[in-house]
Amino acid sequence: MGLAKRIIPCLDVDQGRVVKGVKFEDIRDAGDPVEISRRYNREGADEITFLDITASHENRATTYETVSRMASEVFIPLTVGGGIRNTDNIRDLLLAGADKVSINTAAVFEPEFVKKAADKFGSQCIVVAIDAKQVTSDRWEIFTHGGRKSTGIDVVEWAVRMVSFGAGEILLTSMDRDGTRNGFDLGLTRSVADAVTVPVIASGGVGNLMHLVDGVLEGHAEAVLAASIFHFAQYTIGEAKETMARSGIEVRLTD
Amino acid sequence: MVQTVAVIDYGSGNLHSVTKAIENAGTCRVIVTSDAPSIHAADRVVLPGVGAMGDCMQGLKDRGLDSVVLDVITTKPLMGICVGMQILAEYGEESSGVNALGVFPGQIRQFSKSMKTDAGDLLKVPHMGWNEVVQVPHPMWSGISDRTRFYFVHSYCYADAGADCVIGWCEYGPLFGAALARQNVFAVQFHPEKSHDAGIHLYSNFLSWDGAC
Repeated sequence: MGLAKRIIPCLDVDQGRVVKGVKFEDIRDAGDPVEISRRYNREGADEITFLDITASHENRATTYETVSRMASEVFIPLTVGGGIRNTDNIRDLLLAGADKVSINTAAVFEPEFVKKAADKFGSQCIVVAIDAKQVTSDRWEIFTHGGRKSTGIDVVEWAVRMVSFGAGEILLTSMDRDGTRNGFDLGLTRSVADAVTVPVIASGGVGNLMHLVDGVLEGHAEAVLAASIFHFAQYTIGEAKETMARSGIEVRLTD
Repeated sequence: MVQTVAVIDYGSGNLHSVTKAIENAGTCRVIVTSDAPSIHAADRVVLPGVGAMGDCMQGLKDRGLDSVVLDVITTKPLMGICVGMQILAEYGEESSGVNALGVFPGQIRQFSKSMKTDAGDLLKVPHMGWNEVVQVPHPMWSGISDRTRFYFVHSYCYADAGADCVIGWCEYGPLFGAALARQNVFAVQFHPEKSHDAGIHLYSNFLSWDGAC
């Protein structure tokens, strides 16, 4: 017995609609976030991640309203990210019903913000999201602006630093794999997971259920995140869990 | 008459999920309040809590609610959740040490950062995610299978898993107390409001529990 590895469906939300792009472009409408999260909840998702990919100032009210509706009927943990710049944004999201917030770009530009957020709200609700691209065979760097801008920062060193600042979890996305359906970048995932003391969520590239298994067994991830394979009903969460269980991974099986 | 459940608001984070989950669990009126007379007038009381144990204890004291909690448990059922469970113990080693309410004997201790699995892998701290709770028979478990998984997120735990008050234990590195009960008080380290159907079921049991074991 022990802690179950988690399956986390991710909703990329643009102006109140779930979308999913290939390599962050070519956006395709996949429906209403509340309706989709209700389905994932029924199917046995362990958590839901909601990434507000527009996150422009005028759309924040829509985000809070959607998060609040989700939190009123979906009784599993909810992480919300996208456009979080200050502690007021975090407070508003937690009050709307988010359990954790995911900080991405703001952490890169102002690392101390992570420390401030963890001190104020507790590490348990601060996720640091990292968008990584491979630059040499064993080095990955952080990219911002949807993968367009390099920062030159080494991903593993950054993850360790973010944990020392109070990050309670790392959401690690391979920009090389995102939307490709070729599977996680396992070298990246393992390098980070083995270097930090907090859980790492593997993200980017899931195209079939064995990719989820690989993320845990080879990538050493505590949780695996996927979007399109679930949105378009290619697989259910239940099928994903059965596949993982058959591979000897502990998962939460529901009726 | 519809029963009233008072969720104690003492500045410890968001109570939206707890409120919605209890409303989903059965017919009741849920009030979120820091008002002592309203808490006294309620049929049942829920003591939530997130963040640091010291901050929670201080928030409760600042509002004069520590004595209210100790008073209401002599007459009605109370359910503690997460840090709301921890502050019902005697003492916590968080920060420079926290003297707590002492409803349950024992201490709240930090998970070691060098805990390993049987396979030798380092266990991550916080303990975050769905873990199995092994039950000791108690009416609050009615209709919930033994070893059902609940959602945990914490770095400190009730260390004495063998204490008489432990009615559910969990293993993460060492064993720890995941559910405690004594007379009118039932308390859990996990978050029922984030534990899907099993969590709602537990709140439903609380709504009909008479406080006896």
